[in-house]
Amino acid sequence: MVKYARAIALEKCPTGIAGFDEISNGGLPKGRPTLICGTAGCGKTMLAMEFLLRGAIQYKEPGVFVSFEETPKDLAQNFASLGYDLNDLVARKLIAMDHVYIERSEIEETGEYDLEGLFIRLAHAIDSIKAKRIVLDTIESLFSGLSNEGILRAELRRLFHWLKDRGITAVITGESGEKTLTRYGLEEYVADCVILLDFRVREQISTRRLRIIKYRGSSHGADEYPFLIEKTGISILPVTSLGLEHTVSNERVSSGIPRLDSMLAGKGFYRGSTILISGTAGTGKTSFANKFVESACKRGERCLYLAFEESADQIIRNMKSIGIDLAPWVKRGRLKFHASRPSLYGLEMHLVTIHNLIADFKPRIIIVDPVSNLTAVGSSVEVKSVLTRLFDYLKGEHVTTLLTDLVHFGGSLERTNEEISSLIDTWVLLRDIEINGERNRGLYILKSRGMAHSNQIREVLLSDHGIELVDVYLGAGGVLTGSARASQDAKEKEEERQYQHEAERIMREHEHKRKALEARIEALRAEFDVESDELRFMAAGQKRRRSGMVADRVEMARLRKADRATHSQKGKKKGVR
Amino acid sequence: MKEAPTPKRKPAKSAPVAEVWILRLYVAGQTPKSIAAFANLKNICDEHLVGKYRIEIVDLLKNPTLAKGDQILAIPTLVRQLPPPVKKLIGDLANTQRVLVGLDIKPAAKAIK
Repeated sequence: MVKYARAIALEKCPTGIAGFDEISNGGLPKGRPTLICGTAGCGKTMLAMEFLLRGAIQYKEPGVFVSFEETPKDLAQNFASLGYDLNDLVARKLIAMDHVYIERSEIEETGEYDLEGLFIRLAHAIDSIKAKRIVLDTIESLFSGLSNEGILRAELRRLFHWLKDRGITAVITGESGEKTLTRYGLEEYVADCVILLDFRVREQISTRRLRIIKYRGSSHGADEYPFLIEKTGISILPVTSLGLEHTVSNERVSSGIPRLDSMLAGKGFYRGSTILISGTAGTGKTSFANKFVESACKRGERCLYLAFEESADQIIRNMKSIGIDLAPWVKRGRLKFHASRPSLYGLEMHLVTIHNLIADFKPRIIIVDPVSNLTAVGSSVEVKSVLTRLFDYLKGEHVTTLLTDLVHFGGSLERTNEEISSLIDTWVLLRDIEINGERNRGLYILKSRGMAHSNQIREVLLSDHGIELVDVYLGAGGVLTGSARASQDAKEKEEERQYQHEAERIMREHEHKRKALEARIEALRAEFDVESDELRFMAAGQKRRRSGMVADRVEMARLRKADRATHSQKGKKKGVR
Repeated sequence: MKEAPTPKRKPAKSAPVAEVWILRLYVAGQTPKSIAAFANLKNICDEHLVGKYRIEIVDLLKNPTLAKGDQILAIPTLVRQLPPPVKKLIGDLANTQRVLVGLDIKPAAKAIK
């Protein structure tokens, strides 16, 4: 038997409880008993019940629930609270119930006895549905019901051996004692796996925690893990189960503001990165977040908006004033608001709620507005722990996260209250710039991992057209914003205009000169032409005169009746030369 | 214990019908404790409830469902079915004083003897 038990020692029995199988490296020890102990109301019965239910439904391992405290009616209600119909499960032979009722005042002990009756009942219940799992809740009731502790202890030892021999994975619950894990020292018998549940209230907010004290033959997470009881059961969120192994995306997503994109190396944020927009009150953090939301919705991505300060309606109304209409996206199911006051429940509950929303809605973008409000419900260490887990989870899912963070006046702008700056990939800082009795909004990028981002301060203008980033005036007068920048602009424009005037004047003058010059050229040319005409006329006259003279001379010779041959020949030659 | 399979009436009825004691003894096979319990019970009945008792033996190995229905945990368990109210005794009934208190057998019955 010992050999058999050892052979199955490493086998695990998955619980199916969110997070538990991760911290226990696969579940409870198969075929062995596990003790769940804790104070009243810490969730022992719930954990045991879920183990059984999930075993029966998810892993096809029927289970027996033996209750020593609650009546079958109460149990049916408990099961119903997790959304299961106990009677149906019993009818389908997935769950068998037994309520062991024991009341000391109704029982007279008259001598030696053993608990064979209990064994018979368990055996019958197990055999009737071929159970692989069993829950004994809370077997300690036997100690209050029966007075002979010697017999009880011997019988319990026998019971656990008996369960092991049958290869049944058992969960035994036990209430915490003063100095021992359980009031009656059950841990003495159940040595394979011990889980301690704890329930603490701090500043009116309660947190449940789970710790695996002992797990023989297996490694396990040793920390205290906060857990929650919700409508779907127990959720455990281990910090250490999430690592830094997530793959990253090179895809870029637009911030919805072209100018901001261009400051981020021209393309916007990395998909799956964590973006922080921090600033003092009224610097436009929510507006930036919503611009991002709007652009994502336009791309057809789903956005989850966790509003910790304003109601969904209020955000929608306010965003309309700067030209962002979110209502249609809500209607089309691309945008989902989850508005709640941070103090509504503890941090862990917030985390689980967010987890569930993400699992249900599968958003690509998630907005937390503002993350600083979470500090109201926990210490900064707790907040950081919760946010670390949340961001790790979101990064693993490639969800782009945008957080807004309210920085209080007087505090340093370049640090966050939650000390989460190291978790942030891109940090956009919005700040007030006070000059000349007015307050203007300035923006710059404090850091942005993995991209060459702008180091310039931009002024943010919120108008009914949306958000606009403009260059601040950088000049002799330093950084100017708002009306100072506007008046500086006007001054510069005036100077520009004057310069323009001057230039135009010179241009006109020059043109005049050119025209005058041309006119003179024209006049000279006309004069010249006249002269040329005269010259031509004179040349023609001379020619005419010469030919006239020849004719005259010939005529004269004819008239004088000179010797024709000699005179005409000589005379002609002389005339030409 | 030969009569274990079926509930069986022990001694012949001779007392008035009004005062019938029905005592049911739950056992799980013939263990030494069960045998001792039956012997002790018989002795006590013969002494204090002469002629007005009936012992039924239920073997849970044969009828395991009865263990759940009758809320039996310890073996042996003696249940006083009649007269009401139902009384439950566990153990091998070796402590006669406790059995008498547990079954609510009045000292008067003892005085008769």
